[in-house]
Amino acid sequence: MIVLGRNLLSGHALTIRKPLTGIAIMTGKTITRAQLSEAVYQEVGLSRNESADLLEMVLSEMSEALVRGEAVKISSFGSFSVREKGERVGRNPKTGEEVPILPRRVLVFRPSQLLKARINDGPVGKQTAG
Amino acid sequence: MTKSELIARLAEKNPHLYQRDVERIVSTIFDEVADALARGDRVELRGFGAFSVKRRDARVGRNPRTGETVDVDAKAAPYFKTGKQLREMLNGGDGGEDDE
Repeated sequence: MIVLGRNLLSGHALTIRKPLTGIAIMTGKTITRAQLSEAVYQEVGLSRNESADLLEMVLSEMSEALVRGEAVKISSFGSFSVREKGERVGRNPKTGEEVPILPRRVLVFRPSQLLKARINDGPVGKQTAG
Repeated sequence: MTKSELIARLAEKNPHLYQRDVERIVSTIFDEVADALARGDRVELRGFGAFSVKRRDARVGRNPRTGETVDVDAKAAPYFKTGKQLREMLNGGDGGEDDE
């Protein structure tokens, strides 16, 4: 892990998991349900418990729609869609053995232009461009 | 399902809330995720998935219509990895109890 510097606001080390080549993931800190439901709590006058429940309901409504095969389109954020993958022959990388990979459904997220622009205008984008 | 359909469904299931509050809740959630990614943070929602930012190196691309080569700058792109539970649900499983 490479420590780049300190984020002044959070005090967390700004780190990059892989060297600066290819598709390194920029990692500052990790946001979880706790911070998202706290934001909902701050924004709307609900209790903390109810804020957490609402967040959970948003995620489960989205999941259920996707399981039904429906795409979920969130304007100015992005869209989630389900892609059907056919059967193909894979290989066990350890033994070299051929194994069939069964047909399956995968979830694809396509970020909106706005989200892509926001990310490239932010600190990460500036770091990338430099 | 669009964002407004999502809001409508949630409002239906939460009759004690005003529709405009449900709208604010849903918008807050996606705004927070977007803000986090713009800061370079990662957002991990166990069972559902994780959003992160990946760096794409500069490369030489090609205009597919004319065949001309063009320089494409390095950029950062949002990335979503489906959570284990949702991935299993998509493939007929119940998602199980354990996750990631």
